[in-house]
Amino acid sequence: MAGTGTAHLHAEGEALLRVEDLVVEFPVGRTGLTVNAVSGISFDVLPGETLGLVGESGCGKSTTGKAIMQLPRPTSGSIVFEGQELRSLRGEGIRALRTNIQMIFQDPISSLNPRRKVRNIVMEPLNIWGVGTPEERGRRVDEILEAVGIDPERAASSRPFQFSGGQCQRISIARALVLDPKLIICDEPVSALDVSVQAQVLNLLEDLKARFGLTLVFIAHDLAVVKNISDRVAVMYLGKMCEVATSDDLYARPAHPYSRVLIDSIPVPDPDAPRSAVRIEGEVPSPVLPPSGCRFRTRCPYAQEQCAAEEPQLRDVGGGHFVACHFPLTLR
Amino acid sequence: MSEMDTRPDEGTLLDVRNLKTHFATARGVVRAVDGVSFTLERGAALGIVGESGSGKTVLARSIMGLLPPRGVHREGEVFFAGTDLRRLDAKQMRRYWGKQMSMIFQDPMTSLNPLMTIGNQIAEPLRVHLGSDKAEARAVALRLLTDVGIPEPEKRLDQYPHELSGGMRQRAMIAIALACGPTLLFADEPTTALDVTVQAQILELIATQRRDRNMSVILVTHDLGVVAGHTDSIIVMYAGQIVESAPTRSLFRSMRHPYTEALMRSIPQLDQPSHTRLLAIGGRPPDLINPPEGCRFAPRCPYAEERCLQEAPTHQSDTPGHSFACWNPVGSPTWAARQHSTTGSAAT
Repeated sequence: MAGTGTAHLHAEGEALLRVEDLVVEFPVGRTGLTVNAVSGISFDVLPGETLGLVGESGCGKSTTGKAIMQLPRPTSGSIVFEGQELRSLRGEGIRALRTNIQMIFQDPISSLNPRRKVRNIVMEPLNIWGVGTPEERGRRVDEILEAVGIDPERAASSRPFQFSGGQCQRISIARALVLDPKLIICDEPVSALDVSVQAQVLNLLEDLKARFGLTLVFIAHDLAVVKNISDRVAVMYLGKMCEVATSDDLYARPAHPYSRVLIDSIPVPDPDAPRSAVRIEGEVPSPVLPPSGCRFRTRCPYAQEQCAAEEPQLRDVGGGHFVACHFPLTLR
Repeated sequence: MSEMDTRPDEGTLLDVRNLKTHFATARGVVRAVDGVSFTLERGAALGIVGESGSGKTVLARSIMGLLPPRGVHREGEVFFAGTDLRRLDAKQMRRYWGKQMSMIFQDPMTSLNPLMTIGNQIAEPLRVHLGSDKAEARAVALRLLTDVGIPEPEKRLDQYPHELSGGMRQRAMIAIALACGPTLLFADEPTTALDVTVQAQILELIATQRRDRNMSVILVTHDLGVVAGHTDSIIVMYAGQIVESAPTRSLFRSMRHPYTEALMRSIPQLDQPSHTRLLAIGGRPPDLINPPEGCRFAPRCPYAEERCLQEAPTHQSDTPGHSFACWNPVGSPTWAARQHSTTGSAAT
């Protein structure tokens, strides 16, 4: 199956992470069928950039994040991190890779070992890699805990359940940071948090990014959150890439009908805001038997015959704004 | 459905006065809802907004009488169409559930019976409350599934919840809640588990059904965006109490309570450029076993003074229908004097 093209990628060597034609498939029991979770997507992330991956459940955004970490290994495609092809790595090579690429998950409480003291949880990666002397490790852990706003003394004597959800997410972030990674994949890091706490964690991520020179892949379903934190945003639908653009440009003039619907569906906290004009009916089709051509065509108000016959490729509609649609909204 | 005709179409449907709901736990008494009063007109939609632990869900359940039988202390009055529900026991309340008031929950997967077909789950309240026979109930169930916009309704009647998508399950939940033609529908975070495009569809469905049936709706949510477009009035809860209450337009035009203002400022907005610094609320909500003595928001409030920490503010109002419990509301001199020191220096 053809992917959606690579026209939007930067020149080789420029990006910190470059993903090309990534395919991830899972077998459905013994039926011989496959779930096409990710079907040939390409994207790259520049050093110091935050790339947002956005889409609804089942679009493959989390699978993409995990595939970068080789958890599980992708079915095909190429993932190049700092010039190194990750898919060729085995055993120790993969473990070493994970010091450079770390991940933060959605549910902060279940991603921390409930039986261990928080300071030890954050220390663990340093112990595994035998970084420095025990004193140096202790200093490093305390420095990182303070950077994320957790009192090191309390962390030394408390377990995760003694902290709130927002604090547990800070602890997860500290654990991800302690090995000084270059890239952090954040998989829905704030969606389990209350809005006031969500803002604290988003601000913290921005601060840490500047302080430690991080590059982020930020996966989320909340478009307003993604817009706030990202430099560029990639919109996914049913395992395909629909649109890639700078964050402000994407929201100001979405070119893909699906991006438009997504943006219009967000409830705006203003009673006088116009209610969305474009509506889509129905729900996402099954990834076991995805539609031919453009996968959004079954729900797209503008779909025509060409959309079923031919898969649209990502193309530039001006100013680094790429869209995979035969009839982009900006060219109407 | 005959009593529908005798019901007045206007006037107050629900009148809650100083309702308290406390739970006895091993650590002490949790004051989940602590003195809440509001009224709801027939056919109107009310939004209850608050974060986790604000008491919004307990409030809804307390009004409906859906509380555990032991370890709960409930006081105050809940008048529903003139009857004080608090005086009724569970057996008497059964006459109200389904027929007068019903509820849709956040998680449609765990709220549906996995071993019963969708058709039978919709038919059950019809047969129990309205005494419909099997064929009649099935016909009504089919009509309800059509009303809530489920594709191929005939086929769905004989399917089980796991065969439906999340959005369809929530539609089925709504069909069950609407089955006996309730006058009041509680929707407790009805779209939180759903994708944003499906959320828009479900909110639209609830709005249409409300208009068609002249039904009152209480929409419980943490999302100010959800209530903005789908309610007539809003109450904002914090730590078991109402901090602000207003008609929806009035609330969004001028938020008076610092908590409401802070909540609004902490949400990322689509019309802001990316990397706009969010104004987070520092700290976290108080422990409801030992809430602060004065204003419960004071420890996190950027405008708090000595008085706020000692004396609980009473509700005041300067626009009809818009009340707030604060000594230094948004727009007051103290608030204005502190503006420069809070804006831009977001707490972390």
